[in-house]
Amino acid sequence: MSSTDRNAGLLSPYRVLDLTDELGFLCGKILGDLGADVIKIEPPGGDLARRLGPFYKNQPDPEKSLYWFGFNNNKRGITLNLESANGRELFSRLVAKADFIIETFTPGYLDTLGLGYDALSRINPRVILTSITPFGQTGPYCKFKASDIEIMALSGCMSLTGDPGRPPLRVTFPQSYVWTGSYAAMGALMAHHHREQTGEGQQVDVSAQACLLWAFSHAHVFWDLNRHVEKRAGSFMTGRSITGAKMRVFWPCKDGYLNFIIYGGEAGRRTNQALVQWMDSKGMAPEFLKQKDWKTFDIAQVTQEEIDRMEEPIVQFFAGITKAEFFKEVVKREMLGYPVASVKEIFADPQHEARGFWQKIEHPELKTSIDYPGGFAKFSDGACQIWRRAPLIGEHNEEIYSEMGISKEEVTQLKKEGIV
Amino acid sequence: MKALSGIKIVEFAAFAAGPAVGKHFADHGATVVHIESRVRPDGFRAHYPPYKDNIHGLNRSGLFSLCNNDKLDITLNLKKAPAATALAKKIAAWADVVIENFSPGTMARLGIDYEALKQVKPDLIMLSTSNLGQSGPHAHHAGFGSQLSSLAGFTHLTGYPGGSPQILYGPYIDYIAVAYGATAILAALDYRRRTGKGNYIDTAQYETGLQYLAPILLDYKVNGTIASRDANRDPRAAPHGAYPCKGDDNWCVLSVHSESEWKRLCDVMGNPTWSADQKFATHATRKKNEDELDRKIGEWTSGFAPREVMEKLQAAGIGAGVVNTMKDIYTDPQLAQRPQWVELEHPEIGKMHYQRPPFLLTKTPPGPSKRDPLLAEHNDYFYKELLGLSDAEYRRLVEEQVIY
Repeated sequence: MSSTDRNAGLLSPYRVLDLTDELGFLCGKILGDLGADVIKIEPPGGDLARRLGPFYKNQPDPEKSLYWFGFNNNKRGITLNLESANGRELFSRLVAKADFIIETFTPGYLDTLGLGYDALSRINPRVILTSITPFGQTGPYCKFKASDIEIMALSGCMSLTGDPGRPPLRVTFPQSYVWTGSYAAMGALMAHHHREQTGEGQQVDVSAQACLLWAFSHAHVFWDLNRHVEKRAGSFMTGRSITGAKMRVFWPCKDGYLNFIIYGGEAGRRTNQALVQWMDSKGMAPEFLKQKDWKTFDIAQVTQEEIDRMEEPIVQFFAGITKAEFFKEVVKREMLGYPVASVKEIFADPQHEARGFWQKIEHPELKTSIDYPGGFAKFSDGACQIWRRAPLIGEHNEEIYSEMGISKEEVTQLKKEGIV
Repeated sequence: MKALSGIKIVEFAAFAAGPAVGKHFADHGATVVHIESRVRPDGFRAHYPPYKDNIHGLNRSGLFSLCNNDKLDITLNLKKAPAATALAKKIAAWADVVIENFSPGTMARLGIDYEALKQVKPDLIMLSTSNLGQSGPHAHHAGFGSQLSSLAGFTHLTGYPGGSPQILYGPYIDYIAVAYGATAILAALDYRRRTGKGNYIDTAQYETGLQYLAPILLDYKVNGTIASRDANRDPRAAPHGAYPCKGDDNWCVLSVHSESEWKRLCDVMGNPTWSADQKFATHATRKKNEDELDRKIGEWTSGFAPREVMEKLQAAGIGAGVVNTMKDIYTDPQLAQRPQWVELEHPEIGKMHYQRPPFLLTKTPPGPSKRDPLLAEHNDYFYKELLGLSDAEYRRLVEEQVIY
């Protein structure tokens, strides 16, 4: 099924120059998944993000970063020093034949190199420059320093995560970079659509803070409509009932936690009913739950007292089952709910195997192959997948510079001068 | 001119996962038709707070507003086969793109799956977005993003070490799939322009979510490591966390990623005696004594408002920020400058802040420019003007409660 010919991808005619750090890695990878020819341009010596763990066999090494492997596959790699005049000259030649440029520099930096949007569009008026930054190209924060935790804080996400009275939380594995990279890919392709209709290129100004507004996006509407501020509520769900009742989301089970919520609506009623039947089959459903008329049960009107009374026997029931049992039963009984899975259980889920999701990618430099999460979509006509592993430092210098008509000798000379 | 003017999209979709894809197209000028019925209005309208003033009403839903600005809203009662099926096909034939997020198998049962629609529109692009995908042993299992975020590993990674997982507010993973779904449609539109071929796109929200976790999936496969929640800790930075500030439940964050940043932080704090302690002299020792370090930093931040901490530290080139609340994001100076919100008047809600895209196309500025539609608001206009039904046909379909 998997192929190494990216011409099977929908975007195979296009070339992308990728000047991003971790804030933008996923943008180029997504275009690459769709078949585009993505060239990752690193400074001589390699990108700093190659120092991000985890690492292959836990060996910190710029050629063994699993963070790099995960988000820079489907890219070829060259090294190029943009701060030297010759380096900029080479870059300009690449720009002339590129369809997209993606970058994550502090606003204004490319201008100081003479490579801002105006200069790039003079070289190639059709080019789409996708500029990805924590806060956007203009505004009071535009030059602020921000890593994942600052983005998660300023977008409001952290105010919604954690126990009341304890510090607000981010997700332990950084999320803001990948949110931003994927929304940037959408923006780049919208500008591409316009370019294909009109011939006009443009700059796409992506704000990570604004991307993350979507991540937890339902919550802010409570303020806008009703001047109610949704806050972190630990492992409980709020906002479903107009009485202010909160529903438990995480339930300890035999080997971890389950995600189960007493919902309303048609699916909720079916779930509640199925759970009571399941509990009853083990003699664990109290009479009042069995008698409950789910057809008239209205989650929007339910009180905390009623919720607490319902949750008590469910706590006892779930304490006696495993995550795997729960998963099997919710699928069988068509109930809402899932186990709280770790990466281990994700690999064990037969759904991925059946859909051919995992893709074995060769790493000849490590004399091994590794299972990767594969394409993000299935197309009836065209493939979306990993075509190649992430590049080693400068791996494609000769290949790409020779495509540009630069001889081996010249490349050697450029290397000596510290340009590539 | 907007970037996507001229594209025609039809949504057999409800809640967030399908309609939010359509919203991004509508923001950029595409004509997007949201299909519902009076028998089964969009779930956001029907039973999902918030409603304006906490009073339920089909045209009072904040989440419907969030996901449906700049769209046309029509009703079509798909239970009235075969007339409704024929009409649905006619609508699909008019469109470039169909978006659906029913549970897998539903479109086929209704006689309007891709195979059927391709007969009337050979180059149709159709996106099916679902929980677990259209194939595989669990395909039929329906669910909400607020729970799928657990199956896909995200809540296991959120919380204090040793404690319960914590929720990610709302259907977190739905909006991941939205970015991928919209991107997939845009790629398919480009492919159609060049080859004349349509496409059927199957996205599983589950699989799109796992894209975001690739490095830790590899870490398990290669090293056997199971990544888990560790509050706000980060192996590469210390201090790194959220700290209390002046006022009630006010917080800031800050992070120190190098020795020179640590020195600058000490300077900003006025080099208190404790900061010179050997315990905090290097990254390694700060990590070792991080609980104590966090307490000390928290004592310092407690004397300031979150904004003061952010401004002092940013001026010194150290990453720091306000933990904005859901109220703050409407007045945050950076978001206000962009501007991130567009205030429009809605007949039943009143003033509503609609959300602009997180990426701005500088030469083709996006909307929102129109409020979200009322249920069935554009039946007349769409069916007669755009689809070309005659007055008589339209009246008959209304009487038969096909258009209902």
